[in-house]
Amino acid sequence: MQRVEGEIKQKAHELLKSGVVSSVLAWKKGDLVYDAAPAFFKSPNALEDMVYNGFCCSNLSKYLIEKDSENEKVLVFLKPCDTYSLNQLLSNHRVIKDKIYAVGIGCDGKIDIEKLRAKGVKGILEIEEDGESLKIQTLYGDETCVRRDILLEKCLNCKGKDHMVYDELIGSELSEETALGDKFSQVDELEKMSSDDRFEFWRCELSKCIRCNACRNVCPSCTCRKCVFDNPHSGVNAKVNVTDFEENMFHIIRAFHVAGRCSDCGECTRVCPQGIPLQLLNRKFIKDINNFYGDFQAGETVESRSPLFDYNFEDIEPNVISKGRGIN
Amino acid sequence: MLKLPVSKMDELFSLINSERTLYMPLEKNSEICFDKWSSDASIRLDKLNTVKSPKDFFFPASENIAAFKTKGKEIIMDDIRSEIEPFALFGVRACDAESFNLLDLIFLNDKDFVDTFYESRRQNGIIITTACNEPEETCFCNVFNIDAANPGGDISTWIIDDTLYWNSLTKKGSGLTEKIKKMFEQADESEIADHQAKISGVINKLPFKDLSLDGFTGEALIEKFSSNQWEEICHTCLSCGTCTFICPTCHCYDIQDFDTGKEIHRIKCWDSCMYYDFTLMAHGNPRTSLLERFRQRYMHKLVYFPENNDGAYACVGCGRCVQKCPISMNIVKVAKALKYEGMK
Amino acid sequence: MQDLVKEKPFKPLVVSFCCNWCSYAGADLAGSSRLEYPAEVKIIRIPCSCRVDPLFVLRAFQRGADGVIINGCHPGDCHYSTGNYYTRRRMAMLFSMLDFIGIEKERTRLEWVSAAEGARFASVMNEFVGELREMGENKRLGDIRCKE
Repeated sequence: MQRVEGEIKQKAHELLKSGVVSSVLAWKKGDLVYDAAPAFFKSPNALEDMVYNGFCCSNLSKYLIEKDSENEKVLVFLKPCDTYSLNQLLSNHRVIKDKIYAVGIGCDGKIDIEKLRAKGVKGILEIEEDGESLKIQTLYGDETCVRRDILLEKCLNCKGKDHMVYDELIGSELSEETALGDKFSQVDELEKMSSDDRFEFWRCELSKCIRCNACRNVCPSCTCRKCVFDNPHSGVNAKVNVTDFEENMFHIIRAFHVAGRCSDCGECTRVCPQGIPLQLLNRKFIKDINNFYGDFQAGETVESRSPLFDYNFEDIEPNVISKGRGIN
Repeated sequence: MLKLPVSKMDELFSLINSERTLYMPLEKNSEICFDKWSSDASIRLDKLNTVKSPKDFFFPASENIAAFKTKGKEIIMDDIRSEIEPFALFGVRACDAESFNLLDLIFLNDKDFVDTFYESRRQNGIIITTACNEPEETCFCNVFNIDAANPGGDISTWIIDDTLYWNSLTKKGSGLTEKIKKMFEQADESEIADHQAKISGVINKLPFKDLSLDGFTGEALIEKFSSNQWEEICHTCLSCGTCTFICPTCHCYDIQDFDTGKEIHRIKCWDSCMYYDFTLMAHGNPRTSLLERFRQRYMHKLVYFPENNDGAYACVGCGRCVQKCPISMNIVKVAKALKYEGMK
Repeated sequence: MQDLVKEKPFKPLVVSFCCNWCSYAGADLAGSSRLEYPAEVKIIRIPCSCRVDPLFVLRAFQRGADGVIINGCHPGDCHYSTGNYYTRRRMAMLFSMLDFIGIEKERTRLEWVSAAEGARFASVMNEFVGELREMGENKRLGDIRCKE
C-alpha cells in the first residue's frame, strides 16, 4: 500500500495545482503510528502530511454531505466499501456528483487498534506492516501479530474489491477481499435465542451506551440537518440515557432511520467507544429487507430505490412476521 | 507504609467492603469499568484506564435533583435526594485522582455556591489509587505534574510483583487504614523506590512527555481564540460527545425537565460542548457553528480554566481522548497546532 | 388467607392508532352500533396509518402502554392511494426489530379496518386486549419514571 500512498499524493498534488479541485479530502498523519485523522488539504504544500496506511479506516464520504453549497470541488479518496456510501448519498441527493472528484483506492483491510490492545499489547510505539504480519514495537518490548487477526469488524464483512462509483482508480489491483464468511451469522445466532435471552443480551450491550452519539454522527446515511434527538421540542431529546428505555429507544430509532439506506459500512461499530456491536442492529434490518422484499445492497447503484421508499401489493403482513408464522 | 501479599488481596477487599461499599475496575459483559466489588467478580487492575472515567461516582451522568407536582394552583416540590452511603474506589489512577481535585474547584470552591450533591458524594467517598505499572503510549500525565509512580487520592497503593504496598495520605485515608490495619505488615518506603524509578523510566520514553503548554495563559486568550488554525483542526470533527463523556475533567452539565405524566423530574445531566443544543437558551444558541463549539472545548481546558484557577489546566493527561476519538483528533493535536499563537 | 384476597385483574393499556378515513370511522361505527370493546383501548386519530413514526410506537410503550396497534385502510383503499403500503413495510421492519431486541412480538400489531367494519374493529380490539391480558404487564420497554 506504500506505492498507493505515493500515487495518491501525486494525484492530489496534480489536481490541486492545476486547480481542478480546490481541496483534497484524505488522511493526515498523526503523532502516533495509528492516529491518522481525516483532513481537508487546501494547498499542495500541506500534502506532505498526507498518509495512507492500514489505519486510514474512516469513511470519508460522510464529509461530502452538503459540500455542494460551497463553491468548490473536492477530491476525495475512497476505499471500495466507502463508494457504496457515496452512491447512497448521491441517490439521496445529499451529494452532487459534479462537486466531487472521486478516486477509488485499493484497500487490503484496515487494522483495529482496539483489537490489538485487547490482545494485551501495551504502549504501542511503532507498527510495521510486513505483508501478512505486523511487527509491533512497544514500550515493553517487541511483538508480532497476524494482520488478519486484528482487522476491523467491517473488514471481516468486506463487500469486495470493486468500487461502485469513481472518476478514476489508483491501486485497486492491490485490493484484497477480507470477508470471513456469512455476514448474517451473528444475526442468525441471536434470532435462534429465546426472546428472554435476546433481551438479556441487548440489555448487557446497550447498557454500556454513554450516548456520545458517535455512531449517529459518523454514519454516512445519517444526514438529517437536525436530528430528532437533538430537537428540544421533540420530547425525546436527551443528552444522556437516564433510563433503560432511552438506551433502547435511541438505538432502535438510529438503526431504523438508516434501514434501507445503510450500506453496512461498519463505521458505527468502529467508533463506538464502548464496543457495542451496533452492526447487528443494522444487519438485522438488512437481513429482513433481503428476506421480505428481495436482496438489496444499498449504494450498489445510484438508481436503485430504497426498499422502505417502495412497496409491492403482495408485501408480507407484519402480523404474519410477528406471529412467527412467516418467513424466517 | 504498609504491605500485604497479593494473595491476600481478596481478603482485604472483603474487609474494606464490610466497612464501606467497594468499587474497582471489573470486567463485566466484555466491558471494563468501575463497579461494585464482589468475591466472584473479575477484577481487572491491569487495565490502565477504564473507558468511562470514575468521575461519575461524584458527578453522575444523570441524577434527579428535584420532583414537583401540581395540586390545583399549588406546586409541591419534593427534595428527592437520597443518603449517600460511604464508599471506596480502589484502583483509581493518578490522573483520575487528580481530576477529582479539578472537579472540586468547580463544584466546591465557591463557598456561596457549593454543589451539595457533589459534596456529599465527595465526603462519603475514599479514593484508593494505584500506581501505573505500565503506562500507555497515550499517557501524558507528567505534563500536568502528575506522577503515575506516586499517585494521590486518600490512600495510594503499589502492586509490585506479589506485594501490595499501602500508604495513607489523608485523614480520611488513615481512618480506613486504622480499621483494617491488622491485615498488614509494616513496610519501608525504600522498598518501592526501585519500582517507582522503573515507572519514571517508562514515562521518560512516552511520545507525548514533552508536550509543552507554555503560552496557554489568559494573556494569549485573544490570539488563541482568533487563531485561523481552528478551522483546519475542527473541519472533520463529527461533533459527537465521545471526548467529553469519557473525559475525567469535563464538567459541563445541563438541567432538563422530564414530564412523567404525573410529576416533573428535574434532571441534572452531563452536557457536551460538541452538541448542537449545548447552552441552548430561549433566544437561541450563542455558539452556532461547530467551530465555535469545538473551540470552546479546548479554550476552556487550556486557557479559560487555568486563567480562573491559578494556572491549573482542565486536563490530566489520561489519554482517553487520544485513544477513543473516532477521527483521532485530541487535545494533544490541538495544543500543538495552537502552540505559537500569541507567543511573544 | 392469601387465597381469599382476590387479585385485581390486569387491565392492559392499549394505544390504538386509527387512520382518519377508515379505521377511525370503523371505531366510530363500533361505538354507534353499541358493540363492546375494552375501555383500556385509547384511540389516537391520525391522518393516515403511514403517519405513525416508529417513535410514536416506542413513546407509547415508554409512557406505559402494554400493547400498540396501528389500524389503517385495507391495502388498495388508502385515502392517499399508497400510504398504507409504506406503513406495512415500516411496521414489518419495526416489529421485527422489537422482537430482535427481545420485546414480546405479540405486543405490536398492524390491522386493516375499513369504515364499514365496526364489528371487526371491536373484535380485533377484544382479541388483542385478551392476548395482552394473558401476557401481563409490559416490563421490557417501559420507562421506569412513567410507572408508579
